[in-house]
Amino acid sequence: MYKVVSKKKLAPNITRFSVQAPAVAESRKPGQFVVIRACEEGERVPLTIVDSDPEAGTIDLIIQDAGYSTHQLCGMEPGDNLLDVLGPLGKPTEIHNYGTVVCVGGGVGTAVLYPIVKAMKEEGNEVITIIGARTKELVILEEELKEFSDELIVTTDDGSYGIEGFGSTVLKNMLEEGREIDFVVAIGPTLMMKAVAEVTRPHEIKTIVSLNSIMIDGTGMCGGCRVTIGDETKFACVDGPEFDAHLVDFDEQIARHQYYKDQECKLTEEIDKLEQEKA
Amino acid sequence: MATSSRDRKRRTRSRSKQRRKKVERPPRQPMPTRPAEERIRDFQEVALGFTAELAQKEAQRCLHCTNHPCIEGCPVAVDIPAFIELISEGEFGAAARKIKETNTLPAVCGRVCPQEEQCEEVCLMGKVDEPVAIGRLERFAADYEREHGEAKLPETDPATGKKVAVVGSGPAGITVAYELLQKGHQVTIFEALHELGGVLVYGIPEFRLPKKIVHEEIETVKNLGAEIKLNMLIGKTKTIDQLLEEDGFDAVFIGTGAGLPMFLGIPGENLNGVYSANEFLTRVNLMKAYKEEYVTPVKVGEKVAVIGAGNVAMDSARSALRVGQGKSDVSIIYRRSREQMPAREEEIHHAEEEGVKFNLLTNPIRFIGNEKGVVEKIECIRMELGEPDDSGRRRPIPIEGSEHIVEADTVIVALGTMPREFIADTTPDLETSEWGTFNVEEDTMETSKEGVFAGGDVVTGSATVIKAMGAGRTAAAAIHEYLTEK
Repeated sequence: MYKVVSKKKLAPNITRFSVQAPAVAESRKPGQFVVIRACEEGERVPLTIVDSDPEAGTIDLIIQDAGYSTHQLCGMEPGDNLLDVLGPLGKPTEIHNYGTVVCVGGGVGTAVLYPIVKAMKEEGNEVITIIGARTKELVILEEELKEFSDELIVTTDDGSYGIEGFGSTVLKNMLEEGREIDFVVAIGPTLMMKAVAEVTRPHEIKTIVSLNSIMIDGTGMCGGCRVTIGDETKFACVDGPEFDAHLVDFDEQIARHQYYKDQECKLTEEIDKLEQEKA
Repeated sequence: MATSSRDRKRRTRSRSKQRRKKVERPPRQPMPTRPAEERIRDFQEVALGFTAELAQKEAQRCLHCTNHPCIEGCPVAVDIPAFIELISEGEFGAAARKIKETNTLPAVCGRVCPQEEQCEEVCLMGKVDEPVAIGRLERFAADYEREHGEAKLPETDPATGKKVAVVGSGPAGITVAYELLQKGHQVTIFEALHELGGVLVYGIPEFRLPKKIVHEEIETVKNLGAEIKLNMLIGKTKTIDQLLEEDGFDAVFIGTGAGLPMFLGIPGENLNGVYSANEFLTRVNLMKAYKEEYVTPVKVGEKVAVIGAGNVAMDSARSALRVGQGKSDVSIIYRRSREQMPAREEEIHHAEEEGVKFNLLTNPIRFIGNEKGVVEKIECIRMELGEPDDSGRRRPIPIEGSEHIVEADTVIVALGTMPREFIADTTPDLETSEWGTFNVEEDTMETSKEGVFAGGDVVTGSATVIKAMGAGRTAAAAIHEYLTEK
């Protein structure tokens, strides 16, 4: 059993958990993920490991309540147990001293970005972090990221905090101003990662993105997480989750994300109904 | 005048006919099966199993010949004549225990073994009539013992203090664990998924192999004292070297199977609605997507095309029919003809009975999607058979100009699987073949790394449950010897 040790609400629909998983805590590296299951009837849900404490045997996960299974997970309290935690899965981020690294995070993707920012800084890079959210109250990990960033820029879609607009635009402006950038990491909604890829493409700056494809086992068995990289098919779970942004077929990823939306909506409606009945 | 050899033959034949007549051996007893129209609406088992009466009648058919080729035909060398004798005497529990002397999972094997290519193929009775229904009898004995609470744990040798890590809990791993526990060794089973059983739980569907039976048979290794570690992906969570050097295991058995699904590599294969058989079956079997209370989704459209014609293809087609509540039109698309289909005759027959159509000598060349990126059609080409290829089967050759469209809103690709690379990638001194399978010594299943053994699909590529169990037995014997000498 994998006990929930602590829980902290970061934003109205985003929660940070510490979970006991000693074997994972010991072997995980930045960029890797776990597959978790809350209960027997639940789905297997892939989640990036945000941080770990090998001594305490815990890993940190940040979960956005965005559907049936994540809603169920967000409802867990300290002392509750997750039924399964499998990991660490996927290839770790290639952390090197690239020079100047820009890390762009969008929405809950900022959580996935955090361990990479930390590792890039520790490797001696100059790290510029740009994090974006829809609105002020959804901005997460600002303080934590500041600690490992030489510069931190916040954007909101509605301008309620930081710069109004998107992270990709901030990056574009930097490049147009002639800032020297050696490496870019972008993690967030697929459209945002696509936008960043298009910004860096003409400048030929190596850019990686982390894909949150639909998957079941996370161990290379189902192939549900297929992604076209250049002219090859790769599995996000074992070949990724990080890929060269300039080779990813983002439109295919967007389509693949939509496939179960109708069934997901039905489930979410059911939760809403149940909760209304309770209230 | 001396009698001609022809006369002699005739006389012998008539004598043996008389003898057979005197004994009055009954015909091979058919397996009671649920009607097709009923069974395609649920996931309950299709074959119902022999009653005691049917089993005893079938058991009487065994000739108890002196050479018992059936034992040699069995990859785990079950003493078939002995257990059949016990069934005919009404000693059903004892029959099951006789099987279990060499077979850990008799209720599983009685259901999924291709007996027609093994014990039953060489059965002497099969030369004069149909072979004895060994598989059905095996299933009967195992079910009887389990259902009557007669299952007993085997005796175990005194503890040796040696520790063995078994990586993967499919048929090979479970067999190794069972054998080594009996020899007094300590066994820890590492499984990546959240349930034990490997392909028996994620791959083979409920209607062919009820999961309750798999769990109950596997329970034996837990009761014999195996330590179980779920959610442990060796090569990621821990490496083989860590198991040997840090965790103090004296030997390791790798039975991680062939989990990586193969695709066709044609345009449109990443469209929505195109599943690997592994994904489709895992959603349905392991994640129980067909049950209302389980959250994992699965989609089956109006027209389902399954690519391939092995057992996994049949399992996929028949599962799709059931998920679609019998309303979906399901076809198999296969590039060769019926004679070359690798699936068991029984599976093909069941699929046909249930209404699965067969689109043979046809090969997909492109998947075509709609504006939402969901598959809608498959462009296929007709094939004809040419000269035999390396596999001995006639090579399919495309017929120029025969391209045509097949409608399909769900596609399941069942072309086989290959081993995954977690262990090979993280254990540099383990030799693999160009297909990613581990190289082993055939008589010991020992790999190129000392103390590390491997068996099952991870060595052979995708094969059968019983072959993996056979490899497990060979490996267990070699591991025992290795530990004894160590």
